[in-house]
Amino acid sequence: MNGTALSPSIPALRAEFGAAVERHLVSCGDSIVYVSRERSHDVLAWLRDTASERFDYLTDITAVEYRDPERPLEVVYQLRSLPRKADLRVKVALDQAGPLEVRSVWDLWRGADWLEREVYDMFGVTFPGHPDLRRILMWETYSEGYPLRKAFPLRGHFSRAEQTRQALAGNPEAHYSLEELSIADAFHELPAEMRERLQRGERGYLR
Amino acid sequence: MTLRTVEMGLATPGLDREGRPTRLPLGVGEASPGYAEDFGAEHMLVNLGPQHPATHGVLRLVLELEGEVVKRCIPHVGYLHSGFEKLGEYRHYNQIIPLTDRTDYLSPMANNVCLAMAVEKLMGIECTERCQVLRVIACELSRIISHLVWLGTTGIDLGAYTPFLWSFQERERVYNLQEMWTGARLTTSLTRVGGLMADIPDGFEEGLREFTRTFPDTLREVDTIFTRNAIWIGRTQGVGVLTAEEATNYSLSGPMLRASGVDYDVRKDRPYLGYQTYDFDVPVGEHGDIYDRYRVRLEEMFQSNRILEQALDRLARLRGAPINVDDPRVILPPKSRAMSDMEAMIYHFKQVMEGVKPPAGEAYLGIENPKGELGYYLVSDGTAKPVRWRIRPPSFINLASLPKMCEGALLSDVIAINASVDIVMGEVDR
Repeated sequence: MNGTALSPSIPALRAEFGAAVERHLVSCGDSIVYVSRERSHDVLAWLRDTASERFDYLTDITAVEYRDPERPLEVVYQLRSLPRKADLRVKVALDQAGPLEVRSVWDLWRGADWLEREVYDMFGVTFPGHPDLRRILMWETYSEGYPLRKAFPLRGHFSRAEQTRQALAGNPEAHYSLEELSIADAFHELPAEMRERLQRGERGYLR
Repeated sequence: MTLRTVEMGLATPGLDREGRPTRLPLGVGEASPGYAEDFGAEHMLVNLGPQHPATHGVLRLVLELEGEVVKRCIPHVGYLHSGFEKLGEYRHYNQIIPLTDRTDYLSPMANNVCLAMAVEKLMGIECTERCQVLRVIACELSRIISHLVWLGTTGIDLGAYTPFLWSFQERERVYNLQEMWTGARLTTSLTRVGGLMADIPDGFEEGLREFTRTFPDTLREVDTIFTRNAIWIGRTQGVGVLTAEEATNYSLSGPMLRASGVDYDVRKDRPYLGYQTYDFDVPVGEHGDIYDRYRVRLEEMFQSNRILEQALDRLARLRGAPINVDDPRVILPPKSRAMSDMEAMIYHFKQVMEGVKPPAGEAYLGIENPKGELGYYLVSDGTAKPVRWRIRPPSFINLASLPKMCEGALLSDVIAINASVDIVMGEVDR
């Protein structure tokens, strides 16, 4: 399927970015390159725009946290060049002690919009430069943490009883964000009491 | 479009003096005074879903309208979130296969194949020739049933009921075959790492042969009723257009990408399961609108039928060949040997108790699913459970382009555009 050889993009990256390219390896025939957090946006932009690389297609963005708590969390970009039929996996290692933050690639690939939101939702990694970084699969007021982190138990942090209680206590009318309610002045048509609750930021929380 | 000049002048239709029903023409009249102040100038908020048949599952759209024109579309997903990726981290590799059934539940067999192949890539296993042919059959049958659901439901969304019945009748025949092979209609769990759960039963080949013989007739009927139909063309041509650059930039895949004129099909560009040895064409659109997406999917079904015919010919040559690899790390020894031979018993015990153990490493494997490129990214640390099982969900990524396509469209077009994306919420929300 894929050759076992190292992708020629990696030596080219090393020549261009030097120390920002941390290390590389080949696993199961896939070439993987680690780049520094500070330069990741530059590297990805270069990979997209350089004529010899042309990685014009962002297949996927995800993150990996290992079972070993010492190992850094990794943000993973699967890139593909449609014209060259080549793949490359770019990783950014984020030290658990430091900020979990990588510059958004939304400006390079619009496909990153929901993918970065999902990584934020599931891992708590933030992407400065993303225009609308909100939770996507979990609801906006979800307060148990980031489900795909290893410290997050399979059944969640809250007990089943607590989860049920919160679900039943939520305001069913509060499923619009304030921004959405500002459309058509719908916000001002709401009863005064509800307006006040929404302004307090109470949306689906306990009464 | 702040003022609507056409107003329905329809009053309650009644009977005239002779008792004949009166028909009032749709009048083109002056907008009533105050109309603009009432409706036109103000933006309106419309909530669509999550419980709405035209959103194809629990998708919720919040729309900002100016008159009938969509200014902004804000999708809300996650109502069907089941945490499959998290669950996968607590299961053996073969135990993940039932989870894949439940993501894109309109093409479960193709998902099963993708997972088995991803683990095989991780372990460096190549499945047997007969297994490859059977997996191709599974993938192409999935493509056909998934596209048939798309065709039927999109037809209903746009007001055509009959093709829905035709396509579901055909789909039922595939489901019968699927049931015959796997014992289940929906949750097939067909594959295992290194092979298949079962070989095809007696009578399956004949049933599939009969299906491939008669199925194109139904497709031709659909072609007759849709392709040159004025209403269909009016509702779909030039609606929800994405250019090739936009489609690539939005990471679209599958028919959505190809309808925009990007010639990318995983089966051709990174062949797996020996797809390079089959003779089939990949339809590519040029306008990137709903109509082209329809044409692409319709033609894909014809092409899948061609692949199925070729696969059946190969099956005849491979009768009696093994479906599982000869590798005790992943395939259970025969029961008779496990009960009599010490070594076989140990392998049996280790696999049942500990599960399949790929070496530490990671692999991404993408296949051409009906909805687009389905990718499974597995990270292993050498234990029997993955550190990370990432699903690259084609419908989730395709759906992310919905706000872009809906900008400036009419409210009624939102339904058509959403249908053309071909989403399945089980996969969008996972």
